Amino acid sequence: MKKEKMQRRQARLKKELPFHIMLLPGVIMTFIFSYVPMAGMVIAFQKFIPAKGLFGEQKWIGFENFIYLFNMPGALTALRNTISIAFWKIILSLVVPIVVAILLNEVRSSKFRRTVQTAIYLPYFMSWVIFSGVLLDILSPSSGIVNRFLNMLGMNSIFFLGDNRYFQSTIIWTDIWKGFGFGTIVYLAAITGIDQSLYEAATMDGAGRFRKMWHITLPGMRMIIVLMAVLSLGNILNAGFDQIWNLISPQVYETGDVIDTFIYRIGMIDAQFGPATAMGVFKSAVSCFFISVSYYLAYKLFDYRVF
Amino acid sequence: MAKKEPQTNKIKMSAADKVFHVCNTVFLILLALICILPIINILAISLSSNASVTAGLVTLWPIDFTINSYKYVAIRPDFWRSMGVSLLRCALGVTINVFMCVITAYPLSKSTHRFKARTAYAWFFFLTMLLNGGLIPWFMTIKSLKLLGTIWALVLPGAVPVFSVVLMLNFFRGIPEELEEAAVMDGAGQWTIMSKIYVPLSKASMATICLFSIVYHWNSWFDGIILMNRPTQYPLQSYLHTIVIQSSLTAVNSIDWETLVSVSDRTIKCSQIFLSIIPIMLVYPFLQKYFVKGMVLGSVKG
Repeated sequence: MKKEKMQRRQARLKKELPFHIMLLPGVIMTFIFSYVPMAGMVIAFQKFIPAKGLFGEQKWIGFENFIYLFNMPGALTALRNTISIAFWKIILSLVVPIVVAILLNEVRSSKFRRTVQTAIYLPYFMSWVIFSGVLLDILSPSSGIVNRFLNMLGMNSIFFLGDNRYFQSTIIWTDIWKGFGFGTIVYLAAITGIDQSLYEAATMDGAGRFRKMWHITLPGMRMIIVLMAVLSLGNILNAGFDQIWNLISPQVYETGDVIDTFIYRIGMIDAQFGPATAMGVFKSAVSCFFISVSYYLAYKLFDYRVF
Repeated sequence: MAKKEPQTNKIKMSAADKVFHVCNTVFLILLALICILPIINILAISLSSNASVTAGLVTLWPIDFTINSYKYVAIRPDFWRSMGVSLLRCALGVTINVFMCVITAYPLSKSTHRFKARTAYAWFFFLTMLLNGGLIPWFMTIKSLKLLGTIWALVLPGAVPVFSVVLMLNFFRGIPEELEEAAVMDGAGQWTIMSKIYVPLSKASMATICLFSIVYHWNSWFDGIILMNRPTQYPLQSYLHTIVIQSSLTAVNSIDWETLVSVSDRTIKCSQIFLSIIPIMLVYPFLQKYFVKGMVLGSVKG
């Protein structure tokens, strides 16, 4: 009996061996570049001296870095800015693509629709360096095309990227601008999946265009909308480093400095590795909680599984 | 996605419908314009003379047409050197990404009764989506491996793109198992089955992950700045960051920034911005139907 079991196990191992070999390179790379940095979060609890190496003999100091960090003047501002920017980005990156997808779906000429789609995907494929370069140029208070337009209308120039009153909204809306087109893809796919006979029946019953949008299209997208909303929960501390670092300047730190730019400044520029990692650990822990909750909800509500 | 809506064709359009369609069309055209006009503005500036740009005459059409700024860029060695770094990075990075993606996704696409350890491996990769070491430990890891200043620092840390792996494995799952069973009967091993059956059947998702990988490697700039030792090793986007963003920001910060921004600088910046997005603009429209499909599959499977 026992021998038979052993044989079966060996046969299984032999059959599955190629799978293990295939996964080996990916496991090694992921281990080195994801798991080692996770272990490296111990830096947050050390008086870290880079010359001694990542897992060298460092002095352990408990929560001192965290205490130091949250007594820094900019830390809480960065946290507050992060949440407010990320919150509005999450909301608008749901609403805007949904509205645009519904409107695109009403277009009858598929050639026109495809042309519009190609155009609105374009900003997504640009890097934030390039897009920011474009923004710095067109939003410039003296020579930018936007302010020249405002001046033409008799309004004063607005210093979008240098004025604390406008910086956050500029960051939020330019992010939506860059991403909304690409965001329509999943919603358009969901609309395509709606049963066409529902529309025909509604038309027979005399429902107008907007009634059909409200009572058929939107409910038909309900699943995917809730799923996307749930999954975007994990971004609550992601204000978007690539974007903000390219657009920020010291006069708008008060409203524009976020966790990631803060970490970069104190860690990589001022070389305060301990406090910077402490901030990173804080961000990772909170994000991990929200991402786990979001995947758990998605799994419970929609049986959504990543793998 | 390209399916036409039948109901609007069957029934005669009412006046309200017509109004809606006109408004909708105008609105969508405006949206499309908002997305492409900045590029046209940049192109127009890059092709105009300094004088007309300073005078604020240039909006969407070059004034005083000249290709002088392109001529200037053409003889600038740093632009082409960083372009070379970017091309090398893309070639290496995309090859590694696609290879890793396929060999990782294939075993993970098998069901648990075919591959018992699958669940454990899936969790191993899934955990990296939940928890992230953060910037400093990540940087210290790469530093400890003595990769700083080498091209490998730019391509190895992102070698296994989890999102693309998920996309690929969902595609593999859609391939009928009978194909594999028949091949096993004929004595084919798993490597042969993967490369001779699964990969050729997955052209659409291969194109998608290739595109994502190209865009990722072409557009990354931050890793270049912190992982390269000298600006001469910068890939294109990191190089552009130093000339487009850093110079504009110092200009914005100083009091008389208006006089500091020399206008020839501006036209040259615009021509470099434009040159750097040409490759992407050439690639993505042709792969549009693939990545649309790929995106849907990757993020919204049933």
